[in-house]
Amino acid sequence: MLRRLRDPWPDHRAERTLGAVSLLVGVVVVAMVVFVGIQAWPTFQHNGISWLGPGGSLETEIPNMINSSVHPAASVYHLRAWPLVYGTLLTAVTAVLLGLVIAVFSSIFIVELAPARLRRVAIPVIRLLASVPSVIYGLIGILVLVPFVGNDLVTAGEKASVQNVVELTGSGVLVTVVILTVMITPIMIALICEALVSVPRSWREGAIALGVNPVRAMLAVTLRAARPAIVAAAVLATARALGEAIMISMVSGSRSFAPKPVDGIIFLFEPLRTLASSIVDYHENLSAPALKSTLYAFAFLLLFSAFVLSIGGYLIKLPLRRYQVRG
Amino acid sequence: MSTLAPYRPERPMQRGPGRRSSPMSWRWGDRLALAFAWTAGIGLCLIAAAIVIYMGYRGLQYLRPSLLVSRPSISTSQNSSGGFLDPLLGTALLTLIGIVLAVPLAVGSAVWIAEYGRPTWLARAVESSIEIVAGTPDIVIAIFGLAIFQLRLFAPFSFTAESGGVFGRSFIAAGAMMSLIALPPLFTATRDGLQAVPAHMREAAFALGKTRIATIRRVLLPSVRSNVATGVTLGVSRIIGDTAIVVLLLGETLRFGPQGSVPGLNILRGTGASLTSYIYDNSPAGEGAAPQKAYAAAFVLILFVLILNLIVERIGRSGSDTAGLTAAGAVV
Repeated sequence: MLRRLRDPWPDHRAERTLGAVSLLVGVVVVAMVVFVGIQAWPTFQHNGISWLGPGGSLETEIPNMINSSVHPAASVYHLRAWPLVYGTLLTAVTAVLLGLVIAVFSSIFIVELAPARLRRVAIPVIRLLASVPSVIYGLIGILVLVPFVGNDLVTAGEKASVQNVVELTGSGVLVTVVILTVMITPIMIALICEALVSVPRSWREGAIALGVNPVRAMLAVTLRAARPAIVAAAVLATARALGEAIMISMVSGSRSFAPKPVDGIIFLFEPLRTLASSIVDYHENLSAPALKSTLYAFAFLLLFSAFVLSIGGYLIKLPLRRYQVRG
Repeated sequence: MSTLAPYRPERPMQRGPGRRSSPMSWRWGDRLALAFAWTAGIGLCLIAAAIVIYMGYRGLQYLRPSLLVSRPSISTSQNSSGGFLDPLLGTALLTLIGIVLAVPLAVGSAVWIAEYGRPTWLARAVESSIEIVAGTPDIVIAIFGLAIFQLRLFAPFSFTAESGGVFGRSFIAAGAMMSLIALPPLFTATRDGLQAVPAHMREAAFALGKTRIATIRRVLLPSVRSNVATGVTLGVSRIIGDTAIVVLLLGETLRFGPQGSVPGLNILRGTGASLTSYIYDNSPAGEGAAPQKAYAAAFVLILFVLILNLIVERIGRSGSDTAGLTAAGAVV
């Protein structure tokens, strides 16, 4: 056996072995869908498509699940996940839109405007920001930003005005969106910078030679050519933002409350909870079958969105090849 | 009286760029865009600097060398709750398991995709499944791991309760899922490296009568060594930064919680903590509420991330990186 391994391998065996190793990765993905799907099935079975809809109160439904027996009645599975879906979309979409604008302009700054010395510092710094673990962002959020917002930005009058509905501690929409934006912007900058650099320089120079100023040339020519990469960056950032669990669980206030934009300025301070962060919040109660199935259903929804984003990202990257821009 | 006009030599034609257009003469929209680009760029650098400086300040304020070598203990007071030796070792152990599992998987599939890749549909399926793994949130991977390791089949890998329930939380379980986190960057780095190896190197090896696999082993893999190293570094920085998998799959016990009596294996089967879960537990979000310890551990963690970043940059600059891995490769 050992000799067979040590001797030079025949080519066909090597190909088959390596192919089997690669296939293992595919098997893992299939297993992920199957296992999460199986665990989530009871929830979908009992609730149907209205599971995603509004109505119902998570604050009573989830404790119901936790307190249920090993063989819960069908009614225990009842859940309307809308506040969580809404919280997820609200934070992710806002953060991605904000981050996209910042990322596009910072990329222009880094690629075109920054003095060489600053550029040499900026790129490693962006990379560092992209690789700081989310728990550290969460720690800064919960120990620095949340007390600041809670003590200094929210007035006592605002706290009193909604004290019967929800408690404003400072953790909520504002802090979550700000930190999420800081987390995902560096990823987008890295991708957009790469695309901007790889757009042929002569295109821009041609525009400048025609008398256009450098910024307009950047916006009208280079940025336009890099459009697919920008969308790809946004897709990737959306995936990150949707799945962020730990940081959001730390700073969002972790209440199944759907912040209402009609509340005006208070909206910014209202707590929320997302699909991913509720898995972290309730992971200790996984022994309750109904809640377990519900949490797996959340995971399934996240997995599904990862699939959709992955396919979307692939479709968007197709026209990239035309410009010979690597994305 | 007439004076001759002084001789003025004609000025030589200006070389180089002509008169630069000043932003003052631009359209308003362009000036606004310019201003915003500067603001965004500099603001981002400031935010980054603020984070690093603040964490450094807090870290130096609370980090004592004794914290690194003393074991944590449960206490309500921050003075007597010990250090974070166990989480530190836990992070190291998780990284080891994750990388040991991920390297053969990632390098093997990268070689297969780049060098064989037939049938094409299968190669495309494998590539897109790696992309899907890359896009899957870590919390989903964690809860998937829980579903897998709570199967009766995997009972030997974790603690089994008297009633027969499989706990599903152990270093093996968490490490296996960590390998999934480390897989995509490792795969991408290796594949890009292989694709950047010039074709004449392969042709030369074939001309000398080497088989494909011999070419891979003797020519291609040595030439992409630095890419694999970059991939491993990126994978390590993913693993040490991940919290969700540790929180769900490692049982969140402060100290090592060995299961069984076989030395070595009992730790792998047992529960524990990592630096990230230690930070999470000691922040107000967890039970601990010991912010000083959390800051100290976060400082150590950020130091690790910084060092890993420097290593990636070093490898990238050394010139032997055939793929020329850019900033995007470093994060995606």
